Amino acid sequence: MLEYGKTKLLQGNEACVYGALYAGVQFFAGYPITPSTEIAEGMARILPHIGGKFIQMEDEIGSIAAIIGASNAGCKSMTATSGPGYSLMQENIGYAYMTETPCVIIDVQRGGPSTGLPTKIAQADMMQARWGTHGDYNAIALAPSSAKECFTETVRAFNLSERFRTPVTVLTDEVLGHMREIMTIPEEGELKVHKRQKPDVPPDWYRHFEITPSLVSPMAAFGEGYRYNISGLTHDPDGFPTAVPSEIKAKLEKLHHKIDNYLDEITSFRTEMMDDAHVAVFSYGTVARASYQAVKMAREKRIKVGAIQPFTIWPIDEARIKSMLDGVKKVIVAELNMGQLFYEIQRVAPKSTEVFHLGRYDGEVMTPLQILQKIREVL
Amino acid sequence: MNKTVIKSDVTHHYLRPKKKFPNVWCAGCGNGIVMGALIRAIDSLGYDKDEVAVVSGIGCSSRMPVYLDFATLHTTHGRALAFATGVKIAKPHMKVIVITGDGDALAIGGNHFIHACRRNIDITTILIDNKIYGMTGGQFAPTTPGGAIATTAPHGNYEKQFDVVKLAIGAGASYVARGTVYHVDQLEKLIVGGLKKKGFAVIDTFSNCHTYFGRFNREGDAVEMIRWFKKNALPVEAVEKIPPEKRVGKFVTGLIYESDATEFCDEYQMLVDRLAGKGNAQ
Repeated sequence: MLEYGKTKLLQGNEACVYGALYAGVQFFAGYPITPSTEIAEGMARILPHIGGKFIQMEDEIGSIAAIIGASNAGCKSMTATSGPGYSLMQENIGYAYMTETPCVIIDVQRGGPSTGLPTKIAQADMMQARWGTHGDYNAIALAPSSAKECFTETVRAFNLSERFRTPVTVLTDEVLGHMREIMTIPEEGELKVHKRQKPDVPPDWYRHFEITPSLVSPMAAFGEGYRYNISGLTHDPDGFPTAVPSEIKAKLEKLHHKIDNYLDEITSFRTEMMDDAHVAVFSYGTVARASYQAVKMAREKRIKVGAIQPFTIWPIDEARIKSMLDGVKKVIVAELNMGQLFYEIQRVAPKSTEVFHLGRYDGEVMTPLQILQKIREVL
Repeated sequence: MNKTVIKSDVTHHYLRPKKKFPNVWCAGCGNGIVMGALIRAIDSLGYDKDEVAVVSGIGCSSRMPVYLDFATLHTTHGRALAFATGVKIAKPHMKVIVITGDGDALAIGGNHFIHACRRNIDITTILIDNKIYGMTGGQFAPTTPGGAIATTAPHGNYEKQFDVVKLAIGAGASYVARGTVYHVDQLEKLIVGGLKKKGFAVIDTFSNCHTYFGRFNREGDAVEMIRWFKKNALPVEAVEKIPPEKRVGKFVTGLIYESDATEFCDEYQMLVDRLAGKGNAQ
């Protein structure tokens, strides 16, 4: 059970479970897959004790479908998986974008493609988290780098998901999921927990996909006096299928702008020793830990280097990244893949900043020495 | 049998006021007949509109929920039952109805279908079975009879068929029935039975796709196809009384199987109660 204020030795996967409980998860559907299974196991153990619902579905397609159904029936809902399962979920994740259904997906990344490396680390699902399903949409994905952040970023994922009526992916990885670290569960009320905004209009006036000034529509739930249609077909504000160009355009722009208009609320970074840095290491998740160590080692050798770690992988906050890299001559994007975040940073970095890639894709963790070597190389 | 009086005021009470008609279906399509039967079944049971959720997948039949004044969820191809499972578990007091087609439920959604049966979750599934993919223009389905013509079986279908009734019984559904769009009164009763059943109910509903199946296979227009249902339906009560040679080419209708297996949400609640009785958290 969730014990507020208690210090525990937790796996990243377990921390995700506790984070979800802290955020008020009421429904979990999942399917066994390495290295995420401990999340489903934790949910199966705890949820029946606290009035929550757990179901093991027949596959990942069913899991994501069930959480979308439950979310529309009013529950804070979550699933957890790894690469192959995340791929299977993509069509219905698109349905969640289109129907503006809040839900949280934890993707404990492993090596790929295909079955790949079930028990080894990778960070190669970053682009899938943004472009995995077909069509035009906007995405939020978060990336913790420790057990404690698995907890806090899962809470944040629920908050952003409920706040913006959109699915949110938390990208962890095999090492993070299985590594045990000491962490203290925050006290009740210590972290913000966002509650879904319910409509305050009478049922006759209610429009489930209303284009409000904020672009986020209040959300009723099934069985609570509001009756409306939800469809994955492109729809008008009442949820009825449309082929009217102006309505199609308005819908897609709503999906984009309800996220892009709130970058300050959504994006979050940590920086270390960036004040006078000529070189920056840009990395997230497990790799960020090695980056901090490498920066520390480089600073001992009087190399002016700093580190930037995004906790929000998507959306990319172009203006903020640009300003963080202002005055930085060289930036190394370190990641466990053959180049994903690298291309994004190359796209948004100031013209005066040279962008280098440091990739590792052999199933092993990035080491501080590897990063230090790259820092020396680019100097 | 003089009960069936089509009360248009009853039907209109359950149609969406904001939704513009006509519907997307071809003139003569059986889907409207099924929708009417569903409405009258719900009305006869006196359900509160707010307590009913109708979930569907993709296909002609799956367009039905959009016209109905309930909580309606038009989902992705084949996945209606998985979405409906989430709705039902989240709100067990709601009446959850799934409208699906034979391709939607048995091909792309076959896995969810057998597992919904196995769990015996309290969902009433009306499987509108017209032996073809209508919305995409007439491709063969897992129910298309051998030899039948479809756009992807232009030389005749050489695949075997699912028997929906046997499949549902074998997978664990606790209420399995078959109706047709000709036997409207019976269909309404079967839907009422399915809705009253605490468990997974399947009503395999034979319907006509004269636009594709009928045209490709020279089975005539809507009326002719519906007459075929009339001629070849064999009420389950009568099967034993008819010699086997006279059963050839006919199909059984009515409530074919019912069991008193426990329902999924009830099982989950029993677990919750048991754990609460123990009192100990971990």
